[in-house]
Amino acid sequence: MKRWLFWGVVIAILCALPRFLGDYTLYVVSLTYVYTIVAIGLNLTLGYANQVSLCHASFFGIGAYTMALLLAQGWSFWLILPLSGIFGGLFGAVVGFPALKWKDHYLALITIAVNIITFFVMVQESWLTGGPTGVSGISRPSIGSLSFASDFNYYYLLLVFCILAILASIWIVNSKWGRAFRAIGLNELAARGHGISSFNYKLLAFAVGAFFAGVGGGLFAPLLRYIAPDAFTFFISLEFLIMIVIGGMGRIEGPIIGAIIVVMGPEVLRMAEAAYLIVYSLMLILVMLFMREGLVIVLDRLRKAIPARVGSRE
Amino acid sequence: MPLLETQKMTKDFYKLRAVNQLDFHVEKGEIVAVIGPNGSGKSTFFNCITHIYSATAGRVFYQGRDVTGLPADKIIRQGIGRTFQLIQLFLEMTVFENMLLSVQEHRGSLLSRLFTKDDSEDIERAHEILEFLHISHLKDELAGNLSYGQQKLLDFGMVLMPRPELVLLDEPTSGVEMEMRERLMDHIRELNKQGQTFVVIEHNMDVVMNLCERIVVLDYGEKIAEGRPEEIQTNQRVIDAYFGVEE
Repeated sequence: MKRWLFWGVVIAILCALPRFLGDYTLYVVSLTYVYTIVAIGLNLTLGYANQVSLCHASFFGIGAYTMALLLAQGWSFWLILPLSGIFGGLFGAVVGFPALKWKDHYLALITIAVNIITFFVMVQESWLTGGPTGVSGISRPSIGSLSFASDFNYYYLLLVFCILAILASIWIVNSKWGRAFRAIGLNELAARGHGISSFNYKLLAFAVGAFFAGVGGGLFAPLLRYIAPDAFTFFISLEFLIMIVIGGMGRIEGPIIGAIIVVMGPEVLRMAEAAYLIVYSLMLILVMLFMREGLVIVLDRLRKAIPARVGSRE
Repeated sequence: MPLLETQKMTKDFYKLRAVNQLDFHVEKGEIVAVIGPNGSGKSTFFNCITHIYSATAGRVFYQGRDVTGLPADKIIRQGIGRTFQLIQLFLEMTVFENMLLSVQEHRGSLLSRLFTKDDSEDIERAHEILEFLHISHLKDELAGNLSYGQQKLLDFGMVLMPRPELVLLDEPTSGVEMEMRERLMDHIRELNKQGQTFVVIEHNMDVVMNLCERIVVLDYGEKIAEGRPEEIQTNQRVIDAYFGVEE
């Protein structure tokens, strides 16, 4: 009961939030929702199944271009959004094949190469992608008379999908898939020795992680109304990596905390002007030095401390 | 028809021949020991049967079907359970999760595993096996926090979970204390009576002589002897392989 109450309050606050935010801040929070969805995907691939992906920005980009290009053809947003996820996921499954043979830093290098390739395809195949200037004039969806065209309304759509993504990730993690992902990630030999197919689950870990990223991309394009290859470089993949490492790999809360820190952190620190990147970087280093498991352990400690003080709870 | 048969199984590691032209078979209901000095290729042989290693040459037949070259996990799902010489567990998961993982892939489709919870039958069975092995009080403990002996028992319990028809055990009693060793042997005998077949790599000669009906002796990857325990004990080639030949 108390848990439901807590989450009810959190969601109520998030629903009320836009009324108190300026245009830019509203955009930053909206972007945080989108990045959270992508980071959740990477957390499944890397955090749980331990398959290194440094090309999640590619999957993100495939979702975004799918949305932008098919919207331009007059397709419905509601039809394209699942397609963004599916195209991202299919590409993820293909990228997963090298993972059957290579792991860790070798896989990291391979996936970096994948990201670089997709970036150049986006830049150079301008007949399809619009080249370096990308695609502009991307419209936002509506349901009947309810339009999500305004930033204000689109915020709520993103909030809903972000919550759905979190719930879906909880479902997957607690399913036999989630357990098999962790098994493959922890000890592949033992997994195979107990009949767990590393072929199936490695490709699945990539496909599922990329599906989330693709859906994130599909939501990202209408948020900005304009996409260009710069939003899908290897450095963006690194940001996704930082999110889950800072937040806590292999934890449901990890990507959420991480996305908040990585997207909002620089904005908050902007007060420090020129020094903000230095402050930000120092913060990342400190977290890595003193909180290897990520910021999620701060939550864990709070959870332990609060019931003790309240006394009777649970 | 033998339950498991290998024909001319050979495994080379670069220029070292670890297993050499090994013909081997197990009949349903047997308990067979594979013994031999360190480095004689016993574990490599297990790894070739279950395709953890790709054999250089030779074929594996299980229940008359050629399973050579199938992925390891698929061979396991045919009904072969195995342990490894070095215990292989999911150390950062609980004992109970380990038990359930060992059975979850043996039924249903890949997609169904996203939507179905663990079978109540499996959960019950996991409880029973842990109970039997005297480690049920540790079920919520991380496997990594168990002592070596407890990990060994968990490893054994996990292999039994899916009720494999053929069980390959790589040194099941090493590092297990005397009392539990007796229990394990009794249990293997009991399961054997119910029809389960065992192939055991073992260094402990008490276990080998008491448990097994047939012994296969390897040396430098070759089968140098095969027979009943009392025959093996007096076999000159076996004695030479273990103790060396007097000059």
